[in-house]
Amino acid sequence: MANFETPPLTEFMEVPPVIPGTMEHSSPYIAKPEIQAPLAYPGQLVENWEQKAVFKLGELVKSNRALQVFLDTCVKCGACTDKCHYYLGTSDPKNMPVARQDLLRSVYRRYYTLAGKLFPKLVGARDMTKSVLDEWYSYFHQCSQCRRCSVYCPYGIDTAEVSMAAREIMDSVGQGQKYCNEIIGKVFKIGNNLGLPEPALVNTLEGLEEDVKEATGVDVKFPVDVKGADVLLITPSADFFAEPHIDGLIGYAKVFHQAGISWTLSSYASEAANFSMFIGSRHNLKKQAMRIREAALELGVKRIVVGECGHAWRVAYSFWNTLVGPFDFLDRNYPVPQHICEFTYDLIQKDALRFDKEANDDKVVTFHDSCNVARASRMGNMPGGQFVIPRAVIKASVNKFVDMAPDTIGEATFCCGGGGGLLTDDLLELRVKGSLPRMQALKQVVDEHGVTHVAAICAICKAQFSKILPYYKFPMDMIQSVHGLVSNAIRLDRKEI
Amino acid sequence: MTTVTVIYTALFYAAMLLFVLGVGRKIFIYARTPQPLKIPITPAPTTKAGVWVRMAREVVLFESLFKASKWTWLFGWIFHLSLLLAFFRHLRYALSPESFLWPLVNLELVQTAGKYGGYAMLLGLLGLLARRIFVDRVRYISSPSDFLMLILLMAIAGSGLMMTFISHTDIVALKAFTLGLFYFDPQPLPASLFLLVHLGLVALLLIIFPFSKLLHAPGLFFSPTRNQVDNPREQRWTRGWTAENTDTPKPG
Ligand code: SF4
Ligand code: SF4
Repeated sequence: MANFETPPLTEFMEVPPVIPGTMEHSSPYIAKPEIQAPLAYPGQLVENWEQKAVFKLGELVKSNRALQVFLDTCVKCGACTDKCHYYLGTSDPKNMPVARQDLLRSVYRRYYTLAGKLFPKLVGARDMTKSVLDEWYSYFHQCSQCRRCSVYCPYGIDTAEVSMAAREIMDSVGQGQKYCNEIIGKVFKIGNNLGLPEPALVNTLEGLEEDVKEATGVDVKFPVDVKGADVLLITPSADFFAEPHIDGLIGYAKVFHQAGISWTLSSYASEAANFSMFIGSRHNLKKQAMRIREAALELGVKRIVVGECGHAWRVAYSFWNTLVGPFDFLDRNYPVPQHICEFTYDLIQKDALRFDKEANDDKVVTFHDSCNVARASRMGNMPGGQFVIPRAVIKASVNKFVDMAPDTIGEATFCCGGGGGLLTDDLLELRVKGSLPRMQALKQVVDEHGVTHVAAICAICKAQFSKILPYYKFPMDMIQSVHGLVSNAIRLDRKEI
Repeated sequence: MTTVTVIYTALFYAAMLLFVLGVGRKIFIYARTPQPLKIPITPAPTTKAGVWVRMAREVVLFESLFKASKWTWLFGWIFHLSLLLAFFRHLRYALSPESFLWPLVNLELVQTAGKYGGYAMLLGLLGLLARRIFVDRVRYISSPSDFLMLILLMAIAGSGLMMTFISHTDIVALKAFTLGLFYFDPQPLPASLFLLVHLGLVALLLIIFPFSKLLHAPGLFFSPTRNQVDNPREQRWTRGWTAENTDTPKPG
């Protein structure tokens, strides 16, 4: 499995030549029947799966304008071909966004367009066969749904939508991906991706209270299931568990503490992540999101704040209101939901937080814009607030901040290589190679500006960086939570009320 | 009435019919298909007016393509601009001098720009073809139909240029023919080889339009990643399956 070479970091990011088939072998583990069951998908490839897959494709196209338009309008201009980090890192032409779409488009053309029915060869249309399915399974699990390609496409064709549809079709005929589907099952059963049951969660949080007390002498609380709290915090469960995520959680708690705003976690909805988006599953997407509405009602909170997580913020910001809204039972003086960075930023603007930035003087920090925050959501009132606000929070906490090259941040940001449900060891080669453009940009600021740390606001990014940084000879603990930096610098001198 | 005239008259009616019905049907499908979720590529405008501006920049300037690839943008933009110029120039074959648009169409500027626009069109198409052949990534994603489409457009531009600069056509007779089509009063088509080729290929283009990637023209306006307002928190969006069974637990 680990039989691959880490691509070398060169001076500039060059567009590699097309080398067909380099990633043909990359394919994640297939979900077993018991993993498929809780998601209401067949356990294994069903009879007549070819017809059923084609039928499902038709259903999806009919009920989703994006898909309908995207499958028709691509002119094969090639503008997107050098925009995907997986192509840049692997040279495999099927990782060019348009080629990835074509894996599905070719089948759509064959069964649903006149040209494809009459002249399949001429327009590149294909029958749905086992080899096509295998190719789908491989290459639609080499897309992190980062949407970078869509930024550059003259028609805004979003390969993420296509790969979500493809995964939904595969799931519906019984070929699911183990990693995502197992995790979604854990949320339904236990409440979070980690499968951390309530007693363990309570335990962890108590431990954190003690740690913070020991380190600062202040009683910073980590409340869970507190009815009548003002704020319900929905955060990725990695925040309860792993470094550097947990420093972020401590940071949120300190901000709440210092602001004097009562808050709580929910043991029932102890997960912000919603992997059902990655597999394009409508009913599971809604079912997962519903837990959060239920928890908010149950606890009687006034606001919902979302912790540092990229795709979770997309689901929360863009989809919650649609899926499980309206939220008219919450305090409409605040955005619903609100990102923790927006929350902290507002307090900074109101001068309600003070920082000792020197606490972070051992660091020169850069910021990695996470795809789903950058290209699928917003913070604050103005377009692009998602770039300004996290940086403002970092700059409030550290003295030395440097951005990476402009064509690798903001809307042009490169994926960490592990998003979209690919953060699993059976895809390690893909993850290492796909992070090449990001590592390249990072190396540049390390060399030129002595950057020592990269901050992020996404649980997947943080886990992915921790894993792949060493492959590129960077220290693993280079990756930080934005609120970890806040945590280091924030003054906890609130007068007890 | 010659056989050629009969054939071309029939061909044009058939082509126009297929074009209008085919494209109309697709537009109807795009408009009818719901977009269940908010998926604009952000940063996106937060108002409708902002979306109009974003769309206008895409349609007029090809902004995203410009960000992506300067060469493709250059050739693509030149091609589309000269297509527009050629269209204006051709209006004089379809408008009667009584039309209120006539003085505009008949401007020296419009006519000259359209005339030399033909060269620009060929240049743009050649550039696009060169990319398709010489850039390995673009070659990889090209189907035979992608090459044929460029060749078809080049043949149309080429035959048009031949008539403008080498073998002139009887414009008065041509105009009588086109106006005849509009008034359902068929008139003889001047038989010149280039004209027949030119018109035949244009008819072919109209016919394949609704079945091909030429649908990018109407499709662009329906692309949710570009035409949606970024306001999901402020305004609840529900369409299609997200508008069905919206029963959510209520307070109390
Ligand atoms: S969405 Fe991202 S990962 Fe997927 S094809 Fe586009 S650029 Fe590549
Ligand atoms: S940029 Fe868009 S239209 Fe061009 S090849 Fe890629 S997906 Fe197709």
